[in-house]
Amino acid sequence: MPSLDDLRKRITSVKSTQKITKAMKMVAAAKLRKAQENAEKGRPYSEKMNNVILNLSKSITDKENAPKLLVGTGEEKVHLCIVLTADRGLCGGFNTNIIKKAKSYFEKIISENKTLKIITVGSKGYDQLKRQYKSYIVENISFKESKNINYFDADKVGKIIIEKFEKNEFDVCAIFYNKFKNVITQIPQEQQIVPLNEDKNDKDDSSNDNDYEFEPDEDEILSNLLPKNISTQIFKAMLENSASEQGSRMTAMDNATRNAGELVDRLTIEYNRSRQAAITKELIEIISGAESL
Amino acid sequence: MSNLFNIDIVNPEQSFLSKDNVFEVVIPAVEGEIGILKDHIPIISFLKPGIIRVFSESEEQNFYVEDGIVEFKDNTLSVLTSSIFDLKDADKNFVSKSISSAEAELSKDNIDDQKRFLLNHKVEVLKSISIN
Repeated sequence: MPSLDDLRKRITSVKSTQKITKAMKMVAAAKLRKAQENAEKGRPYSEKMNNVILNLSKSITDKENAPKLLVGTGEEKVHLCIVLTADRGLCGGFNTNIIKKAKSYFEKIISENKTLKIITVGSKGYDQLKRQYKSYIVENISFKESKNINYFDADKVGKIIIEKFEKNEFDVCAIFYNKFKNVITQIPQEQQIVPLNEDKNDKDDSSNDNDYEFEPDEDEILSNLLPKNISTQIFKAMLENSASEQGSRMTAMDNATRNAGELVDRLTIEYNRSRQAAITKELIEIISGAESL
Repeated sequence: MSNLFNIDIVNPEQSFLSKDNVFEVVIPAVEGEIGILKDHIPIISFLKPGIIRVFSESEEQNFYVEDGIVEFKDNTLSVLTSSIFDLKDADKNFVSKSISSAEAELSKDNIDDQKRFLLNHKVEVLKSISIN
């Protein structure tokens, strides 16, 4: 049975923790709004980019000589996985969910005897993956120092990917991130960016009747466009990720605040009971002492 | 009948400009400038460093772009670019910095002709901006 003093100390400590989690929740809520806005603002770009590529790839008749970034190298031996996570913890299952998704993909690759290469973006992902997959991690990028997500950072990652592709270091490239659905729900996503997923391109056939004029020819535009598309996809993933991170942190901190509140209530009741018990005990002692006289 | 069409300029971070009352846009496409009027046939092209001129009924706007993709379809001109600014708010420091970094890039030996051409062109355009 903890003494009254112990209980009092515990209550104060839980209360101050609650204050911190509450503050974190507020901060996350404010940041979330901004991140969400940014994610929405960034959408038109990636959508338009997708449209253009879609139209272009349809008009390419000569699939054999199409840029390799679009159709792949023809092999599927080396898989490069880009795992995008946060740089900070205390955001609920955010990082763990991405890692889980990525790990199941890794296991599949390894069991099929294919080569796996991992690039982690964000320090938390690296921390969690290095224990098990250290030998596979080829690069570990973190943008801790940049305050906002900017295209420049995404472009850096994109350039690394392109460079590796040109050196024939991988055949298939997939990115892992959390898609922001709403504040409570974030869906871990696996998206293949090299080669571009074919079935996705079949979805929209309505614009097929549009005969575009290309200047210069399709191949040249495509080979100029595809590297940009990779950066764009990464950027989109980073935007979604940051909105998800803040949303996830907000819910996690909200829960933590509520739990702390419950704990304080319980501890207060316990404290009051034991104080009352002590008082009653003293009273009984006094009364029985008086009676015996 | 009106001879106006829409223009959307987007960069990765946000939608940069969206207008529905322009009658001519001149874009610095990679193989030369293209002037676009209403009912142009669908076209996809990409940009070299240069100036996009947007003429609407009331005003003329000029933007500097470094690269990007243009798509014209159904009387909507979409410009996707990662680097764009309005000539009106051109930052002298930024322009001169871009010139010097492009010149530094030019002085390297290992660049191919196409890149050299683009860089030369970029320096030229930027210099013309800084004079104005």
